Order: sequence, then C-alpha cells, then structure tokens
Amino acid sequence: MNLTLKIWRQKNANSKGEIVEYPISDISPDISFLEMLDVLNSQLIPAGEEPVAFDHDCREGICGSCSLYINGEAHGPDRRVTTCQLHMRKFKDGDTIFIEPFRANAFPVVKDLVVDRSAFDRIQQAGGFISINTSGNTQDGNAIPISKHAADEAMDAATCIGCGACVASCKNSSAMLFVGAKVSQYALLPQGQVEAADRVQNMVAQMDLEGFGNCTNTGACEVECPKGISLENIARMNRELVKASLKG
Amino acid sequence: MALDSKIPQGPLADKWTNHKNKIDLVNPANKRSIDVIVVGTGLAGGSAAATLAELGYNVKAFCFQDSPRRAHSIAAQGGINAAKNYQGDGDSTYRLFYDTVKGGDYRSREANVYRLAEVSTNIIDQCVAQGVPFARDYGGLLDNRSFGGVLVSRTFYAKGQTGQQLLLGAYSAMNRQIGRGKIKMYNRHEMLDVVIVDGKARGIITRNLITGEIERHSAHAVVLGSGGYGNVFYLSTNAMGSNVTAAWKAHKRGAYFANPCYTQIHPTCIPVSGDHQSKLTLMSESLRNDGRIWVPKKLEDAKAVQNKTLKPTAIAEEDRDYFLERRYPAFGNLVPRDVASRAAKERCDAGFGVNATGEAVFLDFASAIIRYGKEQAHVKGLDENDESLVNKLGKEVVKSKYGNLFQMYEKIVDENPYETPMMIYPAVHYTMGGIWVDYNLQTTVPGLYAVGEANFSDHGANRLGASALMQGLADGYFVLPYTIGDYLSDDIRTGPITTDSKEFEEAEENVRKQIDSFINNKGTKPVDYFHKRLGKIMWNKCGMARNEKELKEAIEEISALREEFYKEVLVPGEANEFNEELAKAGRVADFLELGELFAKDALVREESAGGHFREEHQTKDGEAQRRKEFQFVSAWEYKGAPKDAILHKETLEYENIEVKERSYK
Repeated sequence: MNLTLKIWRQKNANSKGEIVEYPISDISPDISFLEMLDVLNSQLIPAGEEPVAFDHDCREGICGSCSLYINGEAHGPDRRVTTCQLHMRKFKDGDTIFIEPFRANAFPVVKDLVVDRSAFDRIQQAGGFISINTSGNTQDGNAIPISKHAADEAMDAATCIGCGACVASCKNSSAMLFVGAKVSQYALLPQGQVEAADRVQNMVAQMDLEGFGNCTNTGACEVECPKGISLENIARMNRELVKASLKG
Repeated sequence: MALDSKIPQGPLADKWTNHKNKIDLVNPANKRSIDVIVVGTGLAGGSAAATLAELGYNVKAFCFQDSPRRAHSIAAQGGINAAKNYQGDGDSTYRLFYDTVKGGDYRSREANVYRLAEVSTNIIDQCVAQGVPFARDYGGLLDNRSFGGVLVSRTFYAKGQTGQQLLLGAYSAMNRQIGRGKIKMYNRHEMLDVVIVDGKARGIITRNLITGEIERHSAHAVVLGSGGYGNVFYLSTNAMGSNVTAAWKAHKRGAYFANPCYTQIHPTCIPVSGDHQSKLTLMSESLRNDGRIWVPKKLEDAKAVQNKTLKPTAIAEEDRDYFLERRYPAFGNLVPRDVASRAAKERCDAGFGVNATGEAVFLDFASAIIRYGKEQAHVKGLDENDESLVNKLGKEVVKSKYGNLFQMYEKIVDENPYETPMMIYPAVHYTMGGIWVDYNLQTTVPGLYAVGEANFSDHGANRLGASALMQGLADGYFVLPYTIGDYLSDDIRTGPITTDSKEFEEAEENVRKQIDSFINNKGTKPVDYFHKRLGKIMWNKCGMARNEKELKEAIEEISALREEFYKEVLVPGEANEFNEELAKAGRVADFLELGELFAKDALVREESAGGHFREEHQTKDGEAQRRKEFQFVSAWEYKGAPKDAILHKETLEYENIEVKERSYK
C-alpha cells in the first residue's frame, strides 16, 4: 500500500506544533499501525530527520501506552483495539491518514505524539486503593464468598488499561469513564465498602483539580474504549458520590 | 569470591520460619531515616516498593514507562499458582515445591523454591484483600484452572488478564504510599548505573527520559526489579522497552550473572508474519487446557496446507498427528513449555509445519467445542445429536473461557479461530537466568538486591506456567521486606548518603561519556538494524536447540557485531531531550554484551536441562539429558569483555527431592 501520513510534530512541551506530511510506500496490510510508524522512522533516521516520537510498549493491547488519535478517532477506525493492535489492513491503498496525539488540557504534549498522562496516576493516588498492608495474615481468600456476577462485573470495570482514549474522545475531555471504572471495581466488591465514601469523593475531587471536564452523556468514550468499559460505570460513580454526600 | 547461598540450617519446611525469627529487625523510628531505591515497578518491584513503604522506609521507585502501571507484568495472561488445595485434588506446599523443582529440571535451589511454595497461599489472600477480582465459581468461591507440567488445578486467574489485575493491585498499594509521601515515584526515568561506595550499593544514576537530565540518587540499599532479558532475541513476547540495562550495569559493578543461557521459549505464540514484525504475541498456556496441538500425518498434506490448497478442517481425523498426546500420553497437551516447544520444532524441522514458512503447528478447539456443546445440550435437556446446536452451544462456552484471546488472535491474524484451527509457534518469553542472589535475595554486592525475573533463583532451567507472577509477588511482598531489614539494621546510625562523593561523580561521568559517544558517533545505521541482527544470531544459534559449533560461531559473530555497532550506529537528536533512539542505543549496547555471555554460558553447559537443549546431549527419544556433573548454578563474574568473564559454581544439593530423569510420558 502507498499512503500519505499527516503527523503532528512538536519538538517539546513549550514549542508550537504543526502537521507535517510524509508519503510512505510499500506498506504490507499485515503489519500493525505502530510497525508502519517504525518503517517510517527507519526511513527518517538515515535521511537525517528526527524520528516521530510516540508512546508504545507491550504492543499487545494491555499496557495502555499507545495513544494515537487517528483520522479523528482514538486508537483509529477499528473497534475494541488499541493502536498497537490496529492493522494496516483496515486502510486502503492511497489513503491519507491524520495522526495526532491524545488532546486534552490535562494531557499536555511531551513531544510529537507523546503526551503526559500522569494526571491519571494522581487520581489513583487520591483514593484508588484499599487501605490494607501486606502482612500475610489477612483472612483466607475464600472467607467472604463473592457472587460470580459481582466478581465478573468488578473484573469488567477493572479491565481498564488507563490509556486515556475516553478523555481524548470526549468533547469535554472528561475522565469520568476512567474514574468510574476504578470506583466501580471497588464498589462492586465487599472489600471496597469500608472506604467507599472517602474513595469516590477524593478521586472525583482530584479529577476536577486536574482540569478534566464534566460528563454530558454523549457516550463517545464508551464507543472508543479499547476495553469496552461501559457507561454504567459512570452512573455507578455518580450514585456512589450521591451516597457519599448523604453520609456527610 | 566464593559463593555463599546463605541457606539457613534445619529441616526444609522450617528454614524460612526459623530464618525470619532469627534475623535482625529495624525499629519503626529508625526505618524513617533509611532510604531504599527500587528500580522497576512490575509485580516484584511494585510489591517491594509498596511493602517497604508500609513498613516505614523512605522509598524511591523508578520506572522507564510513563506510569508504574505499565510495567510488562501487565501482559501476563493465564494465572498465578498457589498451593491452596481449594479443589481438594491433593495439592500441598510440598507438591508445589516438587512440581517447581522437577519442572525446572532440577536446576533450582531447593530452599528458595520451598519458601516460594510456602508463601504462595499468602499471595492469594493478600491480593483478594486488595480487591483483585479473581474469577469465582457460582458458589462465590475462588475458581482454579490447570497449567502445564502439573497434575492438580492450582492456578488462580482473572480472565486472561491475571498479570494486569495483580499488577494493578500492587500499583494501588504503591499509590496509597505515594499519596502518603512514603514513596517518591520517578516515572520515565531509566537507571544507567549503580553506585558502589565502600563496597556497598549506595545509589544509582538515572536519565530523565523527557529532559535527558542525568541525576544522582542515593539510598542505603538498592533493589532491582527490572525484569528479564528476552529482548536480546529482538523478537520476543516482551514489551518493546523491556531491557537488561539495569541488571547488566549491576553485573558490571560486581553482581554475578547466573545461568544466562536458561531461556524459556513459549510454545503457544502467534507465528512470525514478516520482516517488519516488531514483537511476538503470546496466546496463553491456558488454551492448552482445551486446545489440541497437531500437524498433518502425511507430508503431502502438510505441503498442501502450506500452499493453501488444502484446508486444515478437510484433513480427516486419522490423518492428523496429535504429537504431544502421542509422545506424552500422561500429560498430553499440558506438558511443560520447553517440552512442548521442542516437540513442535521437531515436527516443523521434519517438514510438517502448517503455514507458508513451515514454522507453525495447529492449536485446535474443535473437539473442545463439541465436548462442551454436548455437555450444555445435556444440561439443558436438548438434542445432543443436533450438530449445529452442539456447535453453537460449544462455541459459547469456549468464548466465555477464552473470548479475549480469540479476539486478539483474530485481530492480528485475520482468521476466525472458532472456525479454523489457530496457528502457533514457539517464541522467546521468559528468562530463568538473571542476577545471582543468595537466600536473602542479595546479590554479590552488599546492599544490592534483585527480585522477580531479574534474579535467577526459583525456576531452574525451565519455569512452569503461572509461576512467574507467584515469584514476583512472593519476592516483593513476603521475602525481601524481611531479609532487607537484616542488612539495613546495620545502617541505623549511618544517616543520609551524600551524592557528592567521588564514586557518584565517576559513575555519572561514565554515563555521560557513553551518551555523548552515541550522539557524536554519526554512523550510518539506526539502532534497530543492529538489534535485529543480534536477534537473528541468538535465535538461530542460541535458540531452541544449541550445539558447540554454532555457539562458538555465535560468540564470534556477536563480538564482531558489537564492534560494528560502536563504529556504525546512528543516533539522531540530542542528549538533553526526549530521545527514544538514544535510550534504545544504550539498551542494545548492553544486549550485545549479554548476548555473548549467554552463548558462552550455553557453550560451557555441556548438558541439556529445561530450556537449554544441547543437541550433543539428548536421550535416544530426543529428550533433554542432564548430567550429574553439571548440577550447579553458573555465576559469571564481570572482567571486561564477555569472553573474559570468570565462571563461579554454586553446587546444587537436593536433600528433600530425588533427582530423577524428568518424564512426562
């Protein structure tokens, strides 16, 4: 395949960026999108040009590093995949592909397509845990039976990879799907009940502090989420928040 | 220096308890004035950092990723072993210990493995308490599945994402301590040297991967949880960033490197598709619970499948060779990984491979779909002889068990594995070798510790499935936090370690020199060019089968490649900016040294054991043949070039287990 790439280039956080055009030829439809960028970089480097910087690591859809906004969609045109799992067979010969970073005020650009998502870490640090020390003397794992349904639902929420596609897809740059998923994982399990009220309040407060927007129920996040995290999690987070505020 | 493994005296089952009772502790007030550096935030590093901070130490944690949650433990799929015996199928601490030593082909240390089995049950309890959503059965209790090389069901799992959930558990424990200020987290920082002051590890030099800044960090002890070195093969199931640099720098500063040649080649990976491939994707071993591995029995059928003129589903049952079931009737498709990988290679080398390159075998779920479908039809009182109904019901069951893996396969290969058998081939996955540590997980450098895949201690020559997660968390949550206290109890009066010493200066200078030499080299070829070539040498000559001639060639070729690398490598950009090519250059430079030591280690080990298969040493059935005189750990001391490394041997004693020929027939 022969393609025209239009890629966001930005030297660092303080400089101004722009879209730069790169033609690329002889791309096999069987390689992944990131491997296509590898090919581009392997041509740019010997030509004395700066390679395109992008985040990536596991390349099997689980680490949440890769973060490209491709033709106006987080992780590109395929559904339920991250950019590293997107294959070139989803494109046609002659296509023009726009590649941009995940854009949000809370995700400043580091370089080219790399953004800083440490706001997500800080939200988790505000309450995304159960306060239990490592001792080896916690009770037996089977001491509290947990219904299969609740365990499966908690797992569905916990499957979030923290990539930020929800934020990038949202017109308000809201992080509610991300936060809702973590709140839900614990809210659905008995272990999470003790700190439930503090957790949701602290995490939401940090989320607001980081400058993420609010949810206006457009549902774009759910559509673009590579792990299929459901909007129900946002509803559950809101319920938890109301419950917590009633407790005072 | 003679190797002292510091295995405590006394009966095997009491060693750990007695040891914990006797070692020195640090009182809570004194812990506040002690700093510990943890490099790497995967299961081992993350759990160690969290636990040390809970205990009261000041922890500084480092990872090269943009968040500790992205460490490659996240990609582990299948599960974690623990001797809970919830299934009542005869499991016990001893049996998990026995299976692990046998699975490791009698090349691991008895006392360490027993301790691992002993603390395994605590791990599950700890993780459940943290809110890890393990799979449950309909009664609400924890569910188990089976993994290779064992005859019990002791593997706990969270769908096909167990590593992810366990890592997020450790990450949440870290977050709690980061929030409290007890862990200072350094994301996007790469460790580039260990600093030794008066013979003790007292700090590290790092590079900030965003600004390029070189930083000095001091502490009273340094813990490496930096993972394995599978990427020396270029193509592996490791993440792109996984590297040996932290471990290798430690080696250069005096830590012995143990058993580098013990590498696990995992049997069920998606085959290589072409030249631009950047990594290989694993299909969880759990698939072997239900998938049957086969190739055509007739060579002409295999040729036709390779040319795509014959569909695998059109090959009659009697014309299929289920070679694992044929060769190993007792364990069948669930033989250990090394055995399954070699058996697949043997069939492909004989010409029976099933893709265009002839390097793939089938993993077929058709019988499982029919078996589950009939069971479901029976349960629901429907017609068990209605083929399309049985098919539909069976597919639903298989989907509920392995849905995410099937989806992943389909996205990559563009074929529907419910309709046509998957194609798989072995790929480099895990490295059993690593930094040599004693029973306390301390390296040969005082104050320098290694945990998880970065050390060598528990898996011998072959790791069993679902044991890596177990070892990482055992080391980080339950072993290191005790043993490091014994060492740190001598440091309560030391006070803060200064970074203004000549040792820090010298280490920083070395790091700067290497970086500048890469930037100023202005060669002609990018880093990947050399990495790919190194990978080809490793795979062809140090891969699934090794022999003296090729290993000697590998040593020469890697050494020559290293020279060429330093002459010809081209690193664009500057030192003081985000520069991935520069980071890669440093990592590949270390792989080019490790690779040679790897080949040398494989050459010296004139026996076959687990993942290390020497063609000269096999039984007449083609199985690995161990030799009594090689019942030792090879621990290499750095002396400049890899060819000058000095071999130290730690003899392995088996007092509680009979060393037998490993048989899965």
